[in-house]
Amino acid sequence: MTANYETREHDVLIIGAGGAGLRASLEALAQGASVGVVCKSLLGKAHTVMAEGGIAAAMANVDTADNWKTHFRDTMRGGKLLNNWRMAQLHAQESPDRVRELEQWGALFDRTETGDILQRAFGGHTFKRLCHVGDRTGLEMIRTLQDRGVQQGIDVYMECTVTRLLTDGGRVAGAFAYWRESGRLIVFKAKSIVIATGGIGKAWRVTSNSWEYTGDGMALAYEAGAELMDMEFVQFHPTGMVWPPGVQGILVTEAVRGEGGILRNKLGERFMEKYDPKRMELSTRDVVARSIYTEVKEGRGTEHGGAYLDISQKPAEYVKKKLPSMYHQFKELADVDITKGPMEVGPTCHYVMGGIRVGAETAESTVPGLFAAGEAAAGLHGANRLGGNSLSDLLVFGRRAGLAAAQHAKQVSAPSIDTAQIEQSERELLAPFSNTGVESPYAVHRDLQEVMQNLVGIFRAEEDLKKALVELGKLKARAAKAGVEGSRLFNPGWHLSYDLKSMLTISEAVTHSALARKESRGAHSRIDFPNLDSLWEKKQNIIVRENGAMQRRENPVEEMPAELKQVLAEDKS
Amino acid sequence: MSEATLRVFRGDSNSGQTVDYPVPVAPGMVVLDALHYVQGHLVPDLAVRWNCKAGKCGSCSAEVNGRPRLTCKTRMDDLPQDQPITVLPMKSFPRIKDLVTDVSWNYRVNRKIPAFEPRPGTNWKISQLDVDRVQEFRKCIECFLCQNVCHVLREHDMKEQFAGPRFFVRVAGLDMHPLDGRNRAALLKNELGLGLCNITKCCTEVCPEEIHITDNAIIPLKERVVDEFYDPLTMLFRKIRGK
Ligand SMILES: Cc1cc2nc3c(=O)[nH]c(=O)nc-3n(C[C@H](O)[C@H](O)[C@H](O)COP(=O)(O)OP(=O)(O)OC[C@H]3O[C@@H](n4cnc5c(N)ncnc54)[C@H](O)[C@@H]3O)c2cc1C
Ligand code: SF4
Ligand code: SF4
Ligand code: FES
Repeated sequence: MTANYETREHDVLIIGAGGAGLRASLEALAQGASVGVVCKSLLGKAHTVMAEGGIAAAMANVDTADNWKTHFRDTMRGGKLLNNWRMAQLHAQESPDRVRELEQWGALFDRTETGDILQRAFGGHTFKRLCHVGDRTGLEMIRTLQDRGVQQGIDVYMECTVTRLLTDGGRVAGAFAYWRESGRLIVFKAKSIVIATGGIGKAWRVTSNSWEYTGDGMALAYEAGAELMDMEFVQFHPTGMVWPPGVQGILVTEAVRGEGGILRNKLGERFMEKYDPKRMELSTRDVVARSIYTEVKEGRGTEHGGAYLDISQKPAEYVKKKLPSMYHQFKELADVDITKGPMEVGPTCHYVMGGIRVGAETAESTVPGLFAAGEAAAGLHGANRLGGNSLSDLLVFGRRAGLAAAQHAKQVSAPSIDTAQIEQSERELLAPFSNTGVESPYAVHRDLQEVMQNLVGIFRAEEDLKKALVELGKLKARAAKAGVEGSRLFNPGWHLSYDLKSMLTISEAVTHSALARKESRGAHSRIDFPNLDSLWEKKQNIIVRENGAMQRRENPVEEMPAELKQVLAEDKS
Repeated sequence: MSEATLRVFRGDSNSGQTVDYPVPVAPGMVVLDALHYVQGHLVPDLAVRWNCKAGKCGSCSAEVNGRPRLTCKTRMDDLPQDQPITVLPMKSFPRIKDLVTDVSWNYRVNRKIPAFEPRPGTNWKISQLDVDRVQEFRKCIECFLCQNVCHVLREHDMKEQFAGPRFFVRVAGLDMHPLDGRNRAALLKNELGLGLCNITKCCTEVCPEEIHITDNAIIPLKERVVDEFYDPLTMLFRKIRGK
């Protein structure tokens, strides 16, 4: 095969232009590296733009007693102690500076009476901790980062999808990608690569995630030999829209509960009294999601199979000011005026705590030169993420990844690119064009979503998980035959056939991991093993590719140092 | 379940025509759902952009029954169903394929606008009132619908001289940031072509974020340019300072 592709070279290549990728690019640039950022959508449309509620950082502007130790403790407890304690510590310590930095770059947050950044309450956070701008915090964040990036001179390759990482011996050498618009191919040469590709929610039917969330980054890293960790921990957000059918799964921000929203079942009972009388609606997401699910399952659900969430006891003007996009979302999509009556809500697949295993300080994966940050990386959130801890994660570990990637690039020689890898990637990418008509990638995707929704959902059982693995096997065989129509010019069916591959790999990793973890912890609930098992606190659940096949193994967890144990124990609650 | 006919533009930069597709209509369904139905069941290569499906990302812009809209926020039951629902790509941008257009020009314009720069010595205290005042401009989701309808771009294609309403909104969001220390008046006048806007307000009418683009962003910016360049006192100062 001849060179059917253009070639670009950067010291640091960043895959993903959400908060994590953009923050990483700014840091790598500040270190003097040449930086390229690749993303599947247009710049500014990544998931980060949708984040509503806020950024968690112990700035103590509202509750002056807050400090990093409390934030650390909340994060560890929310994650059921499975979190990488060092990441949780760095995150709690560095978030306030990262938020201030964002402000210095032009982000404008809501204010306190004294003119400081205002903070709101959120589930699992002891204090009012979420810095926010109404309910469009993510928009403010991504615009600030993207405009700064563009001004500082990052090269952005938008609507460009990476389908394979290129390696040189054991280390990273570059990436193979195609332009979504033209279907033309492009090869990136890079000394360091940062994966900041976000999550995997599109493998479930009811989800708050967009088409981009197909787990590409994790699949890319896995194929390149990196370890994935704790993949069974998938967060179902308790409040997604349930009606009408077209909007099912769209997120209803936790800020509604943060601002005082109350959950009731169809009998009018405030059911959280039963499940978590202390924290009520502001319990952690795993608990609230299971509570709603249980209410519905036991026949106390609303007309369309959810729970009522009511904020109408607050003054209408307050609701419109604090939750403007929720107000419009319900009014326009569901004909509900949330200042007058309750919303109907139910669990929706939202976030993955698991991901690429990385070192806490450098965000480097087990493959030299390959880094990961944001939702694509594992560790910070343990078994359950607290709301608001993702946006801060993006800033803290995005920066660390960019820094370490730039430093790594300074130290290593230029890798060499293996054309055989490029040729193979090209063959695989173009294969669907010769399969015309055998199977539709859309049909396989729909069936995959049913399998994951029904068999690998909020409550899990051995029998279901085993069945899921069998079904995934069949789906993989069907996906391999999936054909596409039309040309390479902006062809979503063709795009999906690659995304589908990532989803299948990641779904298999989630299912294997869930089957192995014979306990219930955080977001992972096994009806056949309903209790915590302390042995599982001491090990990481690892998925890795060996001899071409998916293998699972367990790594021991490093013991928490005494001073952090002390911090954890300090609070009596 | 009722059925509707979706009349969608199919084609590329050279040629194309509309094609009718039957779609089942479920309660609460939006036009983007209907497009996805067509994509998933009838035409797998139908090109459409979308991300959030909740009016937050500004990806899914198109012209529905002649009106520029976000397809994810346009309910099927708000449109007459006894006639076909036409969905066309935004007209002011070069077509790529089907409903997808080349909006890269917008990103090039954005590069001309210098980002926020804090005034020296600021203590970072800001009052909520000041935040509320600029909030409106910072809500922009970059759907480019305002760019699509503005006649300076749509009819006159003055993309070299004129930045368009989206970027006046952006400048307003920066200029009215309580701590911003830059002066963008010359940029507005000379490079962004603010003077070419003749206040027709078409942009304001289509903005899904309900930003009062003309009244709250463009007119105050025009006043600022006038103050800066035509106000005799300022002109005198400039002479004295030698700028
Ligand atoms: C509706 C909603 C509301 C939320 N609200 C909050 C909140 O209030 N607070 C909070 O802390 N968290 C919130 N979250 C979670 C948080 O927004 C996300 O976890 C976070 O934004 C992820 O950021 P990221 O940088 O890791 O990835 P993203 O912002 O998702 O970016 C991923 C990037 O990777 C690119 N990409 C993916 N695959 C490829 C590929 N193969 N090739 C090239 N590029 C690729 C994508 O195009 C995109 O640019 C919310 C999530 C949702 C869905
Ligand atoms: S008001 Fe100005 S910017 Fe808006 S549409 Fe009219 S001419 Fe264009
Ligand atoms: S100003 Fe309004 S119409 Fe224009 S791009 Fe922004 S959100 Fe869209
Ligand atoms: S898909 Fe995001 S605005 Fe329509």
